[in-house]
Amino acid sequence: MAEFEPVLLAHIERSGSHTLDVYQSAGGYATLRRVLAEMQPHGVVEVVKSSSLRGRGGAGFPTGLKWTFLPKDHPGPIYMCINADESEPGTFNNRVLMEEDPHQMIEGAILACYATRATTAYLYLRYEYPLCLERLQAALDECYAAGLLGENILGSGYSLNIYIHRGAAAYICGEETGLIESLEGKRAWPRIKPPFPAVEGVFHKPTVINNVETLCCVKHIVERGADWFKSIGVPPDPNNPRDAGSYGPKLYCLSGHVNRPGCYEAPLGITCRELIEEFGGGVWKGRQAKAAIPGGISMGLLTADELDTPLDFSGPGKVGCLGLGTAAVVVMDETVSMVDFLYNSTRFFKHESCGQCTPCREGTGWALDMLRRIKAGRGRLVDLDLLLEIGDSIGIIPGTTICGLADGAAWPIKNAIRKFRGEFEDYIKHTNPQGYMVTDPVPLELAGAHE
Amino acid sequence: MATVTIDGTEIEIGEGERLNGIQAARRAGVEIPHYCWHPGLSVVASCRMCLVETGTRNAETGEISMLPKLVPACQTPARDGTIFATQSEKVKHARACVEEDLLINHPIDCPICDKAGECHLQDYYFQYGQRSRRADLRPFTSRRRPVGETVTLFVDRCVMCSRCVRFTREITGSSELMIVARGNQEEIDVLPGFPLANKLSGNVVDLCPVGALGDRDFLYHQRVWFLKRHEGVCTGCSTGCSIFVEENQNHIYRLKPRENPHVNQWWMCDDGRYGFHHVHREDRLTAAERRGDDGYEAIEWHDVPDEVERVFGASRTAACVVSPHLTVEEAYLLCKLIRRRFPQAGLFLGPVPVVGEDETFPSGFTIHAEKCPNRRGVEEVIRHFAGDVATLDDLVDSRDGGLPDLVWLTGGDQQPSIDEATAARFDGVAHLVVQDLFDSPCWHRATLRLPGAAFAEREGSYVNFAGRLQSARWAVRPPQGAWVEGDLYWRLLELPGMYRARTVLDEVAQQIPCFAPAAGTVAAEGVELDVSETVRSE
Repeated sequence: MAEFEPVLLAHIERSGSHTLDVYQSAGGYATLRRVLAEMQPHGVVEVVKSSSLRGRGGAGFPTGLKWTFLPKDHPGPIYMCINADESEPGTFNNRVLMEEDPHQMIEGAILACYATRATTAYLYLRYEYPLCLERLQAALDECYAAGLLGENILGSGYSLNIYIHRGAAAYICGEETGLIESLEGKRAWPRIKPPFPAVEGVFHKPTVINNVETLCCVKHIVERGADWFKSIGVPPDPNNPRDAGSYGPKLYCLSGHVNRPGCYEAPLGITCRELIEEFGGGVWKGRQAKAAIPGGISMGLLTADELDTPLDFSGPGKVGCLGLGTAAVVVMDETVSMVDFLYNSTRFFKHESCGQCTPCREGTGWALDMLRRIKAGRGRLVDLDLLLEIGDSIGIIPGTTICGLADGAAWPIKNAIRKFRGEFEDYIKHTNPQGYMVTDPVPLELAGAHE
Repeated sequence: MATVTIDGTEIEIGEGERLNGIQAARRAGVEIPHYCWHPGLSVVASCRMCLVETGTRNAETGEISMLPKLVPACQTPARDGTIFATQSEKVKHARACVEEDLLINHPIDCPICDKAGECHLQDYYFQYGQRSRRADLRPFTSRRRPVGETVTLFVDRCVMCSRCVRFTREITGSSELMIVARGNQEEIDVLPGFPLANKLSGNVVDLCPVGALGDRDFLYHQRVWFLKRHEGVCTGCSTGCSIFVEENQNHIYRLKPRENPHVNQWWMCDDGRYGFHHVHREDRLTAAERRGDDGYEAIEWHDVPDEVERVFGASRTAACVVSPHLTVEEAYLLCKLIRRRFPQAGLFLGPVPVVGEDETFPSGFTIHAEKCPNRRGVEEVIRHFAGDVATLDDLVDSRDGGLPDLVWLTGGDQQPSIDEATAARFDGVAHLVVQDLFDSPCWHRATLRLPGAAFAEREGSYVNFAGRLQSARWAVRPPQGAWVEGDLYWRLLELPGMYRARTVLDEVAQQIPCFAPAAGTVAAEGVELDVSETVRSE
């Protein structure tokens, strides 16, 4: 692969990379100064739009396009939410960015707020990142002291306040409207859409929500231009008019059974195998990869044969995964039981389901009951079909739920059982030889499965 | 006009109308099942039972394009060209899935649950559910949790529709009910020390689509399929909420609000809802009596008309106190009866009970301080006969010539409306005829005692605070020995056949101009009259 100059992680090796001094010594905030002096907000929107930057939070929605959904000539206030509630299992790139180079994100956030005419930004930070909290607050303090935040930034007339709001350990607060509800002090039950946050968000005012990594990209796009951004990554499929391409650098989180887990930067589009071999030093202990999660657990599973899938916005979808997600790859070697994997995944989603809508609330619970029972050796073959039926019926894709948590819960079920059906059937047949034909409901006390 | 198509049927929607899929489908005669949507509350679209397929028809080309995913009908506006498909396989499967989901953790309580027979979960199971259970079994009965004085909560029956929570937030503004925990562990609860204690609390039981919220007043009293419902009007205050009186074998078990967009929307207050027990009190008056020399002697009801004739014959002057608890028809017949015999008789409005102040809730629902249903109706009747409305005070305050020979007092309220001090003013009256429900200071002084009816035993009309006339049907018969006022007056006026309030109302509509809109038929929601507001001197 051609030599790739890191963009987002360019400076994290430097001592004190999280401080304003070090950031500015490498040219930090020069772009902000230039933009405030020379560019209009809509100009910044245009640059980001033409870069085809797609959100890094999991959905991959074109960022510039999302910014244009804000109502024109709204009297305000307009809000920005920085989604730092990184909770997708396997993902830690936002943490690295916030701990090691918070000013990169802050500069991107100020530029984004300027572009969208937001005057208040809330940084919703995951509770479990105490070092991020410390470093971010320190960085914000430095910015205020240096006149980079607050009233009349750098004498431009533009004012912006950024406040950190700490979460309380709920995955659903990473969903954009769940985040807004939590920010407003309410239960984090995602809102029904329409209206979308761009029209009615925080305190029912127009709101833009962006991921941490996305905002870091914004900084670089405005600094170096849309064309530069599009020189990295994968252009759109010419046969698909709806494909927005997969441009720009991406932080890939690699973890699991590899020799060198870590956060690695590469152009969008490297394959899973390349990530494992060239960045991760290969599967550990001389073993083989059995499966890999392509982009956070919500995206499902790649089999060993599917490791050459390019990890861009359209690659994983072609092999039955939900999408690129957060590009968090978790590698499982041949000793991993898919039954264990699926039980673990389902337990997570059942625990995190907000409980608002029936299919997800009850479906994730039912799926976990079945997987517990299967794992405990009381499974039935018909359980696999029931699990698939649940997986196929819950989610915003069929339209049966309010938010995408259900899709995330469903995909690992669908991928694991469909791609590893033999393993599930063998497990059931071996652990419950008497019962695997039974189709009647099982009294759960007899199943021996407990919370 | 906008055209919306539901399952192939086209319906029209008016210019200013804002309908969602459920409301539009109802117009086409299609019922879309739902738990969490309610026309009086905000839309949350969380139960997912109302999922349908939707699309649009191009107005010019007629081309139809349907969305690939299901949408909740409750949050989908019906606009010009909107199409809803509610019977496709996809929709049926989605409904069956939601129903199955709700039954997974639902306790097996039907045999001991009040809601059986009027339960959405039961009904939708039969209409839309899977045949047999596929999820694992965990048979259990629901825990029960106190949430307030009027309502009890069967925690595990809850389907998390959040209607009760939204009611306490949006309608009463008191926000007592909340949801705790997450996922399928969620429960309804109240904060310790802050129970469900607002004056509209009983409405959450109506709202609950399953048997999670129970009315403590009604709990375990009666199976709902034995109840017969009768359209009535609450007589607790001048709001005049439209209600259903539900009874079995002549015993009232509960009152429920009846939808009326002009009066009470979908609600009624607790005082009204639970204010029917007096109808069945043991101490209801049931004996017609005449005062003789040695105390009271009973008289047979068939002798009452003769007795009244005797009393009329023995009196030269008369006055009549018309209670604001009587119906318009009863007030009219009584005034007609008295004035026919005593053309100069004084007609007086009975005491109007006022308790506290009018109380208005954030949704606009108001409980009025005037605790009688028909002051305005009675006033118009009196005004027609007497030209002017005089009150009880005018009667008992010192007058030249003292009190008339005959005073006819009517009551009908749960509490005696005339206190001892005022009743004492009638001590010198030669003939005091009293009609009422319960023992009272006036009853003790009566020379002729005629037990009367309670609200649920009357048929007739009331005019509420806003001048709206509503007609109520009788729901139960009075106890043996009590005679409904309307029946009695009809008999005393020697009118043929049985007392029919509708017949009297037609005469009233003809004779008294402001009642003209009530001629013919009165709609279930009542009819607006243009009645004048009496200026009352304090």
